Amino acid sequence: MNRWPRLPIPSPSEAARPWHEARPIMKHWAIWLPLAVFGVLFALFATGLIAPGDRTIVSQMIGKPLPAFDLPQAVPDRPAVTRANFTDGKPKLLNVFASWCVPCVAEAPYLQQLADVGVEINGVAIRDRGPDVQAFLARNGNPYARIGSDDVSKIQFDLGSSGVPETFVIDGKGMITYQHIGDIRAEHVPVILEKLKEAQ
Amino acid sequence: MRGFLLLLVALLAQPVAAQDSLPPAPYAYKQLDDPAKEKSAQDLMMTLRCLTCQSQSIADSDAAMAGDMRHQVRSRIEAGEDPEAIRSWLIERYGDWVSYQPQVTAMTWPLFAAPVILLLFAAFIVRKRFGRAKPTGEKS
Repeated sequence: MNRWPRLPIPSPSEAARPWHEARPIMKHWAIWLPLAVFGVLFALFATGLIAPGDRTIVSQMIGKPLPAFDLPQAVPDRPAVTRANFTDGKPKLLNVFASWCVPCVAEAPYLQQLADVGVEINGVAIRDRGPDVQAFLARNGNPYARIGSDDVSKIQFDLGSSGVPETFVIDGKGMITYQHIGDIRAEHVPVILEKLKEAQ
Repeated sequence: MRGFLLLLVALLAQPVAAQDSLPPAPYAYKQLDDPAKEKSAQDLMMTLRCLTCQSQSIADSDAAMAGDMRHQVRSRIEAGEDPEAIRSWLIERYGDWVSYQPQVTAMTWPLFAAPVILLLFAAFIVRKRFGRAKPTGEKS
């Protein structure tokens, strides 16, 4: 009763032959194969360790129109923000920030620099309370023309933004033309001014 | 007494350590009332990537942003939106990256073709070997 398939057991004559002749498929070069596989994997892992991939998430919304949004006022002395504020023909910045965000403190003076040269910055405070925003602005300066308040990060999903702070250049027709991820530092100010000029 | 004070301090310190002072979005930790809708929301959330903790799904992550994403998913499903439409809404903004469910594209088709090719290759080798073993088996 031979119900099971037979394994290819070498016949006595086959076993007597040297190994490299017993299996014609196993050529001499094939013994290098495991080493080659090792080499490829080693190179793969080494490059991954030496130069880890970039983890920043770039928005896919650049070059697309700003989605509609309508956010309530965050502080009494600045009006609320809606999409309509970005379609009056003048390029502007849309800055997402929060009073609980440490890099936002670092970028505050550079936003002020931009505001001082006439750039209109509309801010959105993410997951924040009015008094906290006010305290933040009192401490770090207020470069914003308008400030909206978003308690559920909806504007970030609309923009393809994955954290705070992020700054978007919106041209006068409501198109997103540039995204700056992270805090704006001194070296980024000319870049953003350039992008605003390009958006004109 | 000292232990109690320490405990008190630890409890007081908690909100200070939190990233933001707002309570989580309504549907961040609350399930939908309809079990069928909650199930489809849950299935979708398991296959969406958290933007903050990039190796976790939004169903697993406690990041504030993942909570807000769960709120988006649940409230959109509650409103009757199709789960795949929500997925495409996010892919449109963050790229394929945000979804854990791979799509067949010009770039990813080898991933789907490779197992089939390997299986065919294995079948070919197995056939060759068994085919060779047969005459020896018949002889004995």
